[in-house]
Amino acid sequence: MNWMLNFVQRLGATGIETLGVFGRASLIWWRALWGMPDWRNGPTLLVRQLYFVGVYSLIIIVVSGLFIGMVLALQGYTVLVRFGADQALGQLVSLALIRELGPVVAALLFAGRAGSALTAEIGLMKTTEQLASMAMIGVDPLKRVLRPRLWAGMIAMPVLTQIFNMVAIWGAVAVGVDWLKVDAGSFWANMQSAVQFREDVLNGVIKSIVFGAVVTWIAVFQGYDATPTSEGISAATTRTVVYSSLAILGIDFLLTAVMFGVK
Amino acid sequence: MAESDDNLIEVRNLRFQRGERWIFDGVDFNIARGKITAIMGPSGTGKTTLLRLIGGQLRAEAGSIHLDGNDIPRLNRNDLFAVRRKMGMLFQSGALFTDLTVYENVAFPLRVHTRLPEAMIRDVVLMKLHAVGLRGARDLMPSELSGGMARRAALARAIALDPQLIMYDEPFVGQDPISMGMLVQLIRLLNDALGLTSIIVSHDVHETASIADYIYVIADGKVIGQGTPEQVLNTDDARVRQFIRGLPDGPVPFHYPAIDYCKDLQLERE
Repeated sequence: MNWMLNFVQRLGATGIETLGVFGRASLIWWRALWGMPDWRNGPTLLVRQLYFVGVYSLIIIVVSGLFIGMVLALQGYTVLVRFGADQALGQLVSLALIRELGPVVAALLFAGRAGSALTAEIGLMKTTEQLASMAMIGVDPLKRVLRPRLWAGMIAMPVLTQIFNMVAIWGAVAVGVDWLKVDAGSFWANMQSAVQFREDVLNGVIKSIVFGAVVTWIAVFQGYDATPTSEGISAATTRTVVYSSLAILGIDFLLTAVMFGVK
Repeated sequence: MAESDDNLIEVRNLRFQRGERWIFDGVDFNIARGKITAIMGPSGTGKTTLLRLIGGQLRAEAGSIHLDGNDIPRLNRNDLFAVRRKMGMLFQSGALFTDLTVYENVAFPLRVHTRLPEAMIRDVVLMKLHAVGLRGARDLMPSELSGGMARRAALARAIALDPQLIMYDEPFVGQDPISMGMLVQLIRLLNDALGLTSIIVSHDVHETASIADYIYVIADGKVIGQGTPEQVLNTDDARVRQFIRGLPDGPVPFHYPAIDYCKDLQLERE
């Protein structure tokens, strides 16, 4: 009897705590993202963050994209060629990338590369009282520090995803057309006829915007809410990567179900 | 309480709780305009918390903190940020922005709160840096500064907007005698030259007593002693005396509460 009470009590406590975290995170996100834009400093701050989260993530995005495209073409070819359908390689590769792999893999890489950096940076700013001193100068750190990072994530993610897709398709061409000698004409023609702009490309872009928003939200909140010690920051950085990855995969399923689900 | 009618800050019946513990349980004090008021007490009595309550970073459960007619715990977020422009705070770590040079750190409040032309910002920044003796260090990054220099640079930033009030959080901790002397002199000098009101939170008795106009001693969530430095140094109160003289044992016990020593060592007492 007693252990049951204990169990229910712990369940309740965890539930309340989790709800509290969600509430805090939502409030911070809301306060940071909306409100009067700062036309004087905002653009500079945003460009700088775009540079940090976007340009610095380029190398990992490009290299991973290249290899994923190459592997995809190789695997696809070995299966398709058995049915004599190797001309469909372009279709297979482009749909897999544009609908699923591009947004998801790019977001996972982004979480590992940019998300963890954001958490560590903001957590350290909190630990060294930089956020508190900014607040005491009369500048809201939510608006000055968090807002440009959140917008930068939402803007950079779809761009990175499209770059990822482009490079991956290029890798697939290198393997499929140049190496395995799939006919270039049918490769491109099949791709062109299979990929719909609204159905595939636009939905992929929407996915990547959502992922960018979620990853930066988690990263920024974990940093802002971190316990101000070195263990606290390391735990927060780990949480960012784990929660972001899980969120990306979970949300991807939901979005796929809504976008491409049974009509 | 300080005998002055001209108070910049009036705190009444302040109560603040962290977890189960009451950090402040009905604290009253005044900060007289134009004076240096010290708030002293043992570590862990919530002196820094007090500054954060005045700065509005924490909200008190009960009581009022009036700064020039604004009740800080009851301000909304935007008004609070507006009131904070009248305050400067020197954090224990300095808390300089690590991605900006010393010059840009001091210029930061000017850039965000004023629309001064660049030439004028430069003049103000150099004046403030000159006041703390770091005009020559303007191009250094915070990581290149010693602890004392970082604190002085942070002080220059805190006075950049000519606040009415400046709060020092443990300004003397971890300073060598030279930079300690510099800081003591600077705090007095800036207070008098700029017509500031200063609050020093500290447990360094002698440095603080040498520059403060009025001292409050807090412990266990209450004000346990107050007066001019002479009055506090010559107090009869046993708890205040223990703190001021630095006696290892007294009303504040040397031992953290524990069970009987012999029992703890499992020695049988016949």
